[in-house]
Amino acid sequence: MQHLIILPVLLPLLAGVTLLIHRGGALTLRRTTNVIATAALVVVGILLVAESSDGVIRYYALGDWQPPFGIILVLDRLSALMVMLTAILALGSLLYACAGDDEQGSNFHGLFQLQLMGINGAFLTGDAFNLFVFFEVLLIASYALLMHGGGKARTHAGFHYVALNLLGSMLFLIALGVLYGTTGTLNMADMAAVIPTLDAGDVGLVKAGALLLLIVFGLKAAMLPLYFWLPRAYAAAPAPVAALFAIMTKVGVYAIIRVYTLIFGEQAGLLANLATPWVWWLALATLALGAVGVLSARDMRTQVAYLILISVGTLLAGVGMESEAALGALLYYLIHTTLVSGGMFLLVDAIAQQRGKAGARIVQSRTLGQPAILGLLFFAGAIAMAGLPPLSGAFGKALLLQAATPAQQVWLWPILLISSLASLIALSRTGSTIFWRASGERTGSSLGRLRGAGVLMLILCAPLMVAFAGPITQFTQATAAQLLDRDAYVQAIIARGATGGDA
Amino acid sequence: MEALFATTTGILAASGLYLSLRGRTFPVVVGLTLLSYAVNLFLFSTGGLTTDGAAVINDSGGYTDPLPQALVLTAIVIGFAMTAFSVILAMRVRGDVGSDHVNGNRIDEPREDKS
Repeated sequence: MQHLIILPVLLPLLAGVTLLIHRGGALTLRRTTNVIATAALVVVGILLVAESSDGVIRYYALGDWQPPFGIILVLDRLSALMVMLTAILALGSLLYACAGDDEQGSNFHGLFQLQLMGINGAFLTGDAFNLFVFFEVLLIASYALLMHGGGKARTHAGFHYVALNLLGSMLFLIALGVLYGTTGTLNMADMAAVIPTLDAGDVGLVKAGALLLLIVFGLKAAMLPLYFWLPRAYAAAPAPVAALFAIMTKVGVYAIIRVYTLIFGEQAGLLANLATPWVWWLALATLALGAVGVLSARDMRTQVAYLILISVGTLLAGVGMESEAALGALLYYLIHTTLVSGGMFLLVDAIAQQRGKAGARIVQSRTLGQPAILGLLFFAGAIAMAGLPPLSGAFGKALLLQAATPAQQVWLWPILLISSLASLIALSRTGSTIFWRASGERTGSSLGRLRGAGVLMLILCAPLMVAFAGPITQFTQATAAQLLDRDAYVQAIIARGATGGDA
Repeated sequence: MEALFATTTGILAASGLYLSLRGRTFPVVVGLTLLSYAVNLFLFSTGGLTTDGAAVINDSGGYTDPLPQALVLTAIVIGFAMTAFSVILAMRVRGDVGSDHVNGNRIDEPREDKS
């Protein structure tokens, strides 16, 4: 199946366009189409992971223009893993949305698929400018999805989000211009091959370009000085969209991992490991401030948004540690945190709907319609998010703590553990206020079947990831090894391109 | 020519940056537009500036780098779409929030764009 690599882009494109054209069609039909397309994406994701697990790096040259000239999509372990993760998260939030959130506007389903196309494209592409284009695709869809349903808070948060990301896109273009002007290529593998051979005179320019890229990716990933948009935007977004956005910060993390291991990694000569010191310190600061944010949040949605911030800090600290073990650990944590925080966004919305007037605010209110089910789910989700055993959060954090060298332990251990403690305190306070300090009659509303399925699917990933921790960590460690083996990546793309193409 | 090009790009970028840091949505949108012009010009120059070169290719071998042109074209299309979107969005914000201030302040400050 040579064309399998491009399916994660083509499938959502076709489904998205069809859904946009038939925006006035029967709701059931649109829902079914979207669910089928997303489920097919899960299957494609699993096939891609299976294909990539042999360790061979494959690429798909669009229009058969061989690298470094044409645009290519690259399939390695990391991109396959990310595509599968996106598809699973999307299926969960889509099921939830089909219970009624999608009726608030006519284009939800079409935009949802286009969003998936942008995310998958960003994970698969092997061309720096193409990465920009896919970033734009996913951003354009996210602008519209964020404001799905309308309302004051959403429009307002939306304008900030749009203006910031437009600035980010411009910085991205400037950075790409600088890198193209100095290296003469946009293909990431080719760029990686050119960087070590640069003249000393060009090094300063390339450094500026590379650090500009860090700002852009940091903005997407919500790294410290650039995260202020996140809590507001995520808290204002409709629940299924916020759940899907859990992968958006990871797109930034992915781009940081990809660019700073492949292009500016160990073997980049004068520019080796250029960004990692920055990433390491900023990540620790993000962790610390995220912990403060979690404790101060007065609204459940904002609280989950700050929990996402903590997870971003944890992930980026893993990137800053510059070791294979840390990369493997952070990839395990990445799978866990994406799925569980997506599930928490859905769960919090389900809880808010059963609380009547109180909504998502952390105050006393009437008893929930189904305190037992929601309480259990919240308990499981909170344990996983805070990183307590026996669920997957503890496992991921333990792996990461273990991977730290003694010099890094001094900083990482206290900050990571204290931020976990802060999330634990904040989540237990929220849980006790909502479930135990409630009084009065039960509200009538109940969790529908579809909503339940969506939440359950994502929260259940936490115990499943512990049960299958062996194979998953094997895969993530192999992924980390593959990521750090820059020469193999360059060989796989440039060498085969030279023999197979018309170059 | 390099100096002129660099100055133009620099002035555009500086004005764009200044405007996009203003407090009301309209200057912000104009600022973002100016910034995107500056970025387009900058991208255009990344292939090096040549005069009297062939547009695509000719026998003498002197031709301009075609790739920045393709990049700029893509950037222009995306930039246009995004500007249109942000204009509409700014109008929505004015209608929904009842203020064109980016923080949503309703306090009627002295109009800064009248002077």
